[in-house]
Amino acid sequence: MRHIISLLMENEAGALSRVAGLFSARAYNIESLTVAPTEDATLSRMTIVTTGSEDVIEQITKQLNKLVDVIKVMDLTEGRHIERELMLLKVKAVGAGREEMKRTADIFRGRIIDVTDSTYTIELTGTGSKLDAFLEAIDPAFIIETVRTGASGIGRGERSLKV
Amino acid sequence: MTGVGQTDYPPGFTNDLIYCQFMEATGAEIVVRSLAEEGVEFVFGYPGGAVLNIYDEIFKQDKFKHVLVRHEQAAVHAADAYARATGRVGVALVTSGPGVTNAVTGIATAYMDSIPIVVVTGQVPTPAIGMDAFQEVDTVGITRPCVKHNFLVKDVKDLAATMKKAFIIAATGRPGPVVVDVPKDVTYHTTDFEYPATVEMRSYNPVVKGHSGQLKRAVQMLLEAKRPMIYTGGGVVLGNAAAQLVEVARLLGFPVTNTLMGLGGYPATDRQNLGMLGMHGTYEANMAMQHCDVLLAVGARFDDRVIGNPAHFAREQRRIIHVDIDPSSISKRVKVDVPIVGDVKNVLTEMLTLLKQAKDRPDAEALTAWWTQIELWRSKNCLKYNKQSPIIKPQYVVEKLWEVTKGEAYVTSDVGQHQMWAAQYYKFDQPRRWINSGGLGTMGVGLPYAMGVQLAFPDAQVACITGESSIQMNIQELSTCKQYRIPVKVLTLNNRYMGMVRQWQEFFYGSRYAESYMESLPDFVKLAEAYGHVGMKIEKPEDVEAAIREAFSPALKERMVFMDFQTDQTENVFPMVEGGKGLSEMILAEEL
Repeated sequence: MRHIISLLMENEAGALSRVAGLFSARAYNIESLTVAPTEDATLSRMTIVTTGSEDVIEQITKQLNKLVDVIKVMDLTEGRHIERELMLLKVKAVGAGREEMKRTADIFRGRIIDVTDSTYTIELTGTGSKLDAFLEAIDPAFIIETVRTGASGIGRGERSLKV
Repeated sequence: MTGVGQTDYPPGFTNDLIYCQFMEATGAEIVVRSLAEEGVEFVFGYPGGAVLNIYDEIFKQDKFKHVLVRHEQAAVHAADAYARATGRVGVALVTSGPGVTNAVTGIATAYMDSIPIVVVTGQVPTPAIGMDAFQEVDTVGITRPCVKHNFLVKDVKDLAATMKKAFIIAATGRPGPVVVDVPKDVTYHTTDFEYPATVEMRSYNPVVKGHSGQLKRAVQMLLEAKRPMIYTGGGVVLGNAAAQLVEVARLLGFPVTNTLMGLGGYPATDRQNLGMLGMHGTYEANMAMQHCDVLLAVGARFDDRVIGNPAHFAREQRRIIHVDIDPSSISKRVKVDVPIVGDVKNVLTEMLTLLKQAKDRPDAEALTAWWTQIELWRSKNCLKYNKQSPIIKPQYVVEKLWEVTKGEAYVTSDVGQHQMWAAQYYKFDQPRRWINSGGLGTMGVGLPYAMGVQLAFPDAQVACITGESSIQMNIQELSTCKQYRIPVKVLTLNNRYMGMVRQWQEFFYGSRYAESYMESLPDFVKLAEAYGHVGMKIEKPEDVEAAIREAFSPALKERMVFMDFQTDQTENVFPMVEGGKGLSEMILAEEL
C-alpha cells in the first residue's frame, strides 16, 4: 500500500543522505522524497512517499525514528490528510491544439505561466493521481518536458507534526 | 626574558593552573582533554598526517595511555573488546583516508553487535575537502551505514559538544559506534574550551522504562504458561541485567537459553540453562524454543542464525513477550504478542516486583511435565564427541581450557568452527567473559579482542580461541603484544582448513573443497618466537592439558603464548540447522 510519511529532523549537513541511505540499505521502496527547511531554520521537513506491506511500513517508521537526527515521524496516511504535488509542464501549443491545450488546463485548474508562439508552460497542483490524470488527458506527442516535485502532505484539522 | 606579546605570570603561577579553566585550546587539545574528561583509560590508534596535532597533544599528556596497533582494523577491534569486557566506551583514533577505510571493518563489527565505541578520525583540512586531496575519503559517507551516528566537525567551536554527544550516543539506548571526523585545520584552530557536563539533544531520547500495562500483561502470560521458555541475547549482557535475569528465571523455575551474543547472561552450569540455541545450538534448547507455549525474549532479535526459517518457527502456536531497548528489533522477523520497549535491566526489575506481588504462581504440574520433556531432549547428549580419538579433537581443547581456567577466563574467538566449539564447550557463568563477533562474523577479531581485554584486566586470564585461517587475518598484532607485554594466550585449533567453509562444502557442495584448504602455513612456533613470544606445537591428545597448564602457569604469566594444536581435519560442528530449515530440524552428529 502507498504511504506518505512526514518527518522533522535536524537541518544539518548530510540529513538527507541519512534518510536516503536508510531506504537503499534496507531495500525499502521510495516513490518520492521532498525536503526543505521549515519556519524554524534548524528543522528540515521531509515527505516520503513509499509502498510496502504493513510490516514493512512499521519497520520504515521505526528505522526512521531510530536515526539520531530525526525528531518526529508521522505516517500521514494513517489519518485524514491533504496531499499536494506541483507539476510544471512544457507543451507544444500550435494550430488547433493550442486552444485545446488551454481548455484542458482550465478543466484541471492549471495555470499557464509562460507562453511562446509554439509552447505553453503549465503549472498544476493536486494529488499525484490528479497530475497523472492530466498527463493522460493530453496527447503525449505534445509534451516537451515535465517536472514534478513529489508529494507534500499535511494532516487535516488539528492533526499536526511539530516539535 | 619575555618575548614580545607574551604575558608575564606572577611567580608560582604555573601553566597547569591556566590550563584548567576557560582557556583557549586548540582542536587537538580539545580532543585529547575531552577523552581525559570522559575517563578514557586507553586509546587504540595509529598516527598519520591528518592526526599529527592530536598525537602531539597525546605525547604531552598522561591521563590516558595510547596503544599503538599495527593496523587500524585492530585498533577498532581492541577498543570494541575493551567496551565488551568492561561495559565502558572504547576509543580508537585513526588518520584520514586509508586509516578510515582500514577501520571500517572494525566499526561495522561493533555496529552489528551494538558495542559502544567512539572512533576519532582525522580528515583533510576543511578547504581541501572534496578536492580529492591526499588521503582524503568521505568518512561520514563511508561509515554512515555502519555507525549509530557520525559527525564531521567543521568548526572548532562545536568540537567539545560533539565529543560529549558522541560519548552519550555511543553508550545510551541501544549502544553502538560513533565516528567523529576532525579535519586537520580544526585541530589547530583555537577556541574557549570547557567540557560540557552534558548536552541536550531534542532528537535523541531513548526509552528506558517499560510500559506498565504491557508489563502486567507479560507477567500474567508468564504465570499462565504450561511450556514456558526464556530466550536471552546480547542485550542482557550489554544492559548489565544478568543478575536480574537470574532472579526472574529462578523465581519462575523456567528453562533459559542464551544466544551466541548472550552467553554468560545466565550461568551456563546452572541446571535451568539449556545451552546456546540456534544454528549450532543444543538439541534441548532448539526443541524447547520450537515447542514452548509462552516465550519471553529479552534483549534478543530473532535473527536468522537463531530461529532459522521464521515460517517454520511460526508453525507452532506460542505467545511471545519481547523486551528490547530498540523498537525496530521488535516484530521485525517474528510477530510478537507483548512488545515491551525499555532498558532490559529496568524492565526485568519491574517484572520481578510484579511477579513477587502476584497472587498466582506458575502451574507446578505443567512445569514438571515440561521439564520431564526437556530432560528427555537433554538426554540425547547432543554435544558428545569421540574422546578416544588418537587425533586431537577441537572440542577437547576447549573443554580442557575451561577446566584449567576454572571457567573464569575471558575468552575471545575468531569466526568459524572454533568459534562455535568455544561457545558450546566453554561454560560461561558470568557475563562479559565471552568476546566474539556474532553479527558481522569478522575473521581476525580474536587477537585484537584479546589485547583489548587483557589491557583492561591485566591480571585476568585471557584466552583467544582461534583457527589457523582467522589468526592470520590480524597476526601482525603479535608485534603490539610484544611492545606492550600483553600476555594473552592464543589457542589455535589448526585443522589446515577453513573449517566452517569446509563443513558447508562437505554437506552442501559434494565435498568439493574449493579454496578452503590452507596451504603453506607458517611454522607458528617460530613465528611466535620471532615476535618474542612463546610458541608451542601440540600434536597428541595426551599433551593438550599439560600445554594449557603450562601456558597459564605462573612461570609464563607475563608471556604471550601461542599454542598451535594440530586438530582433526574433518571434525564438524553439531548440532546443525541448515540454512532455511526450521529449528527442530537439526542434523546431529550421530545421524551421519
